Amino acid sequence: MRVANKGLVDRSKPVSFRFDGTSYAGFAGDTVASALLANEVRLMGRSFKYHRPRGVITAGSEEPNALITTGSGAQAEPNVRATVQEIYDGLVTRSQNAWPSLGFDVMAVNDLASGFLGAGFYYKTFMWPKKFWEAVYEPIIRKAAGLGALSGAHNPDTYERAYAFCDLLVIGAGPAGLMAALTAARSGADVILADEDALMGGRLNAETLEVAGKPGHIWAAETVAELAAMENVRLMTRTTVTGAYDGGMYGAVERVSQHRPLRGAAPLETFWRIAARQSILAAGALERPVAFQNNDRPGIMTASAVRSYLNRWGVSPGKQVAIFGNNDDAHRTARDLRAAGVHVAAVIDSRHDADIEGTDYPVYRGAQVCNSGGRMELESISLRTTSGIVNIQADCLAVSGGWNPTVHMTCHMNGRPTWSPAIQAFVPTVGSVPDMTAAGACNGVFSTHGCLEAGQQAAVAALGALGRKIAAVDLPQAEDSPYNLSPLWAVAGKGRAWLDFQNDVSVKDVKQAAVENFRSVEHMKRYTTQGMATDQGKSSNVMALAVLADATGRGIPETGTTTFRPPYVPVAIAAMGAGAQGKGFAPERLTTSHAQSVRMGAPMIEAGLWYRPSYFPRGDERTWRQSCDREVGFVRNTVGVCDVSTLGKIDIQGPDAAALLDFVYTNMFSTLKVGRVRYGLMLREDGHVMDDGTCARLGETRYLMTTTTAAAGAVMRHLEFVTQCLHPEWQVKITSVTEHWAQFAVAGPQARTLVNGLLDQPIDNESWPFMACGPATVLGVAGRLFRISFSGEHAYEVAVPARYGASLFGELVRRAEGLGGGAYGMEALNVLRIEKGHITHAEIHGRTTAFDIGMGRMVSDKKDCIGKTMSERPGLMDPEREQLVGLRPIGAVKQLSAGAHLFDSGAEAVAENDQGYVTSVGFSPDVGTFIGLGFVQRGPERYGEAMRMVDHLRGLEAEVEICAPVFVDPEGGRTRG
Amino acid sequence: MGELQAARPWAERLDVSIGRSALVEVDLGHLTVLAPFGAEAGMTEALSAAHGLGFPKPNRATGKDGGRCIWFGRGEALLIGPAPDASLADHGASVDVLDAWAAVSLSGAAAVDVLARLVPVDLREGAFKRGHSIRTQVMHMSASITRTGKDSFLILVFRSMAGTLSHDLKQAMAAVAARG
Repeated sequence: MRVANKGLVDRSKPVSFRFDGTSYAGFAGDTVASALLANEVRLMGRSFKYHRPRGVITAGSEEPNALITTGSGAQAEPNVRATVQEIYDGLVTRSQNAWPSLGFDVMAVNDLASGFLGAGFYYKTFMWPKKFWEAVYEPIIRKAAGLGALSGAHNPDTYERAYAFCDLLVIGAGPAGLMAALTAARSGADVILADEDALMGGRLNAETLEVAGKPGHIWAAETVAELAAMENVRLMTRTTVTGAYDGGMYGAVERVSQHRPLRGAAPLETFWRIAARQSILAAGALERPVAFQNNDRPGIMTASAVRSYLNRWGVSPGKQVAIFGNNDDAHRTARDLRAAGVHVAAVIDSRHDADIEGTDYPVYRGAQVCNSGGRMELESISLRTTSGIVNIQADCLAVSGGWNPTVHMTCHMNGRPTWSPAIQAFVPTVGSVPDMTAAGACNGVFSTHGCLEAGQQAAVAALGALGRKIAAVDLPQAEDSPYNLSPLWAVAGKGRAWLDFQNDVSVKDVKQAAVENFRSVEHMKRYTTQGMATDQGKSSNVMALAVLADATGRGIPETGTTTFRPPYVPVAIAAMGAGAQGKGFAPERLTTSHAQSVRMGAPMIEAGLWYRPSYFPRGDERTWRQSCDREVGFVRNTVGVCDVSTLGKIDIQGPDAAALLDFVYTNMFSTLKVGRVRYGLMLREDGHVMDDGTCARLGETRYLMTTTTAAAGAVMRHLEFVTQCLHPEWQVKITSVTEHWAQFAVAGPQARTLVNGLLDQPIDNESWPFMACGPATVLGVAGRLFRISFSGEHAYEVAVPARYGASLFGELVRRAEGLGGGAYGMEALNVLRIEKGHITHAEIHGRTTAFDIGMGRMVSDKKDCIGKTMSERPGLMDPEREQLVGLRPIGAVKQLSAGAHLFDSGAEAVAENDQGYVTSVGFSPDVGTFIGLGFVQRGPERYGEAMRMVDHLRGLEAEVEICAPVFVDPEGGRTRG
Repeated sequence: MGELQAARPWAERLDVSIGRSALVEVDLGHLTVLAPFGAEAGMTEALSAAHGLGFPKPNRATGKDGGRCIWFGRGEALLIGPAPDASLADHGASVDVLDAWAAVSLSGAAAVDVLARLVPVDLREGAFKRGHSIRTQVMHMSASITRTGKDSFLILVFRSMAGTLSHDLKQAMAAVAARG
């Protein structure tokens, strides 16, 4: 119910939203949880395993119970905490894990069967038969247990990623965080203050404390206003810092538009990567419940949540509120409720010696709540007092078992927290995260004065580390009451007392784990699933530890803790991977001929990041093979044109350019004449082939290396390594010019005719023989001409600056078509090179040597080169190795298949009999059958031998003959013509 | 005989304004990679004599619009604007890369916020001043970014990725603008 004159919600702005089909009214500033409580809706969800009715138990991001789904259709977002989701007009929410309705949930029968379904039940029951786990048991269990469901449709919501930088990151804007930020900001540091709430102030907004003689929330608002006006401060509200990483990096998720009815182009969430030189963790503390029988009934919540709803949102979660605690916060809650006019049914203080002077409400000292009653919601509680069981009517029970500092982030780099007996809780271990200081409640300091002071001290320390002068900032006056607590974790008794609300783990389960010898906290966690839900056990970890410690007869520090890992709160994968979907997944590299290729109907295939035309379909062609065969024919019979700009081009200049090339290639380049091109082979340090390509000598001290498309980056990196690390003394510079040049292959008997039509100075075989290169004026533009051939035909490559690429491609295609040829794509290019036995990375796939590909003699014995020594290891020159061969079908099955393996005829097609494998295949119009390249043991000795080709994956088998890997023009006469 | 037509990296002229940021393609004149062999002194002198520009230190740029020299990698600078004087080639590699790069200018009060969506480097004025230049990434692309004014940046990526650059920048511009 709403309480008059309380709360920081804007009562002038009513807001209407829906929950499970019913419309509810709230105010601007409400969360779904506060608004539902204001409407006296306490049942908000069903538990994960037993489908028990559950209500909200906290008022923050740690909420384990009140998980809802917001939105609908493809944009539905499951597992949203009702305590975090702000309401807006038109917001649609619904409950989860209940069918047919929240009030009557069929799966609640699980609760009746709880005797069987306790911890370890699944492990013990569904082990046999083993096969049934994936097929039968798991799907059923997953269906019955669970959280909200995804729609299964593509989510159209946008997410965003962003980077931020600062001197000081302050995590949390409660009293400690605000004081830290204020001190650092006034000292001129570059500050980011992040808080997961929409309203900064932390507990100052939830309590009735005074700071500097005014209400705490006023002081907070004034401080925030001052910070907001400063240029060196960035305030990030609705932003949860989720993890601490190496090098002062922090992850943070910002809820950008989940609270806005109209999002426009704004992202739903932004995942921030924040680089901070120093950070202050001021994340506060989380109040822990006490375990007792039926302590999960809707209406039972933490005492701090009751005060938050009352003071922050002006809502009392009940009309008759009972309070159960082991510390003074129980009385603080009672005082706040009384002052607001809410009936306090009783305060049950487990401490026998509690100071209750001046209380004006019933107090039971030394008593414990041992059970709760009611159907879907709390109606009564039972107390165990020294004089017996007492029943009290109450529709809300506020519970305080003490506070756990929010140490999570200090453990993200494998730090372990330290047990503090004084507050019966873990506190951060100093130095757990480099350059991070914990201050205030998250460090075990619970008074307002203590938090303000700690925040300021942490800021002073951080400023010192940053080398900044420190501005004097007065510490405002605030309460400094002591924290009196007597530990109470679980109330003894029968029945199930809940520890982990989200995963339905009870005290019994933890004890059972100990009985079954899962005594290590890590084993107990996995056995019971305690702390493994989306809340990561924020409310239950310390309680469960305490119960385990008790059950195993150890102390809590000896029992230890499980590991806290990022993210601190659940983060949508979509937020972390923001931007990397659709067009954002990877850059698209488009050639200058791209637009025309697409206009010509070419299907584009990806080659690394590049898009290249597969083939150029024409008129009545119905299959790609028809187009491919025709394009191969262009090159063999007339002339074909192909964009080869994607091959890597590296300009190499300097007095030591030749030395570099001799060192990285297996063969000699220092002897290459200016104006000539040579084929080169490059090895990795380990002696295997790295890449191949041609290299042209443009001048005495200048070369142009080409690489394969796939290895362009790797070769550039390799050259950088050689010139920076192996031979830094060499005067040589390498520059990638891949993108500067648009380059086209012109291949076929009519190639020179076509090329001469473009050149200002026509060429002939004498002036421009095979492997010649040089500058050329192409239709008036300064370009380059190379006479090289990948197809085995008389061929050229023409290069012009990229701006002219599109225009030149158009001219080339038009002129080639005029000669009876035309453009060819990757499919034809592949067939052409297989026909000539030219290798690609299908053959030089990383495990093959120069010896394997029949180029052993290309490793010059006149000089050293990278990989040479390693390539001479006996195992890499073994004649038994698989070596490059050609393959052709000779049986009834005419198809070959890349990836198939080769076996002796008659041998069983099993791994032990493997003789080799097929790397590339294609249909050769010239040969008239499929042809292939592959590797076979002792290959070159076995030409003419029949073998069995088996593709186990595609279920294909064929009889093949081993042959030389050159199928067309083995003498190579055509290239020279 | 036909003449070859020059085409820009973008099919249509890139000129878009969203919220408080504006994106426009720029024509830089000439782009030349200068890489001194060994010591930088000779190149520095020649560059100063021929173009009145200093050879930039790492992560720095010299000159201004029309004639600029930016650090472009280890032992490398990119001369932007003038055609390189022949004397430069005496002191190191001088490589024409004009068509290798697509160039845009991103400007406006929100430009820094837009780049913060895509670039993992602190580009705020205090950390990245006029005269600063860096090789970094824009989303998944290798890029060069130079601050050319209070609110303006020169961004270069490989020409083949021009479409992805405008896509990524426009998306970030829209997202920043939508925050209001």
